[in-house]
Amino acid sequence: MSHWLAMGAYGWFVWPSYGIFALVVGVNWYTARKAHREALSRARRRIERETT
Amino acid sequence: MFKLNRMFHKLLSPESYYRFAGRLVPWLGWSCAILMIAGLIGGLWYSPPDYQQGESVRIIYVHVPAAWLSLFGYMFMAGAALVGLVWHVKVAESLSMAAAPVGASFTFLALVTGSLWGKPMWGTFWVWDARLTSELVLLFLYLGVIALYNAVPDVRKASRAAGILALVGAVNVPIVHYSVEWWYTLHQGPTVTKLDAPSIDIRMLIPLLLMALASTLFFLAVVFTRARADLVRRERDKRWVRELVTADGGRQ
Repeated sequence: MSHWLAMGAYGWFVWPSYGIFALVVGVNWYTARKAHREALSRARRRIERETT
Repeated sequence: MFKLNRMFHKLLSPESYYRFAGRLVPWLGWSCAILMIAGLIGGLWYSPPDYQQGESVRIIYVHVPAAWLSLFGYMFMAGAALVGLVWHVKVAESLSMAAAPVGASFTFLALVTGSLWGKPMWGTFWVWDARLTSELVLLFLYLGVIALYNAVPDVRKASRAAGILALVGAVNVPIVHYSVEWWYTLHQGPTVTKLDAPSIDIRMLIPLLLMALASTLFFLAVVFTRARADLVRRERDKRWVRELVTADGGRQ
């Protein structure tokens, strides 16, 4: 296991690459869903303001 | 012809796009997750180390999909911008502008993972060769499109202006792709796209293709979701959005 983690002395280059990949994927997914949620709630608030 | 045209228009209406994409995104997301897990296991565990580069070659399974998406994303953005400019299709405008930040993030990822691969193999994080420089220009083009889109207050004018910039910048896409053939670069030549004989072991090729496919599905899922959000914002006074947010509480 530790042999695998060491990546033949290239661990310091391999694992950060995968870490940044995961970060970019995660942030993209989160922000897209958040944008959708917020667009809907803004539209809803807008209608509520009109009706009250 | 007229009927076909109307059908086409209905399909491309913001409302039907919103509903269609809403059904499609979960499928894209799950197939992306399955393919990505398989690709990661194959890439990090089952694929062999390179005979010259050793284990550092495993960076390829994140670097190449990111670089592929940086180009695919730009073509997607410019293609949708063209449709938006010529036929004034709102959905295409939204898709185009939704692709910009996602494409930019993967261009950034391609540059960073390339750097992390370059250090142990070339002895440097960065070199101003044709491939790396044109990829950096690609990032700046993305950022220019995003900045222009956000700088113009009127959303239709903003997407037209940013769309024209995206189209002009598309000239850089073949430059990035062919840079390794046109110029003498430190970056290696094509490995996978040599269709007659890809110069890569099959145990490396399969996880690489799985990761590339998974990343493409991921890109589409995220861009479709962002475009849905953008259309709700643009069409907030239209009946379909009003019905959408009042009927089900907007949780869909």
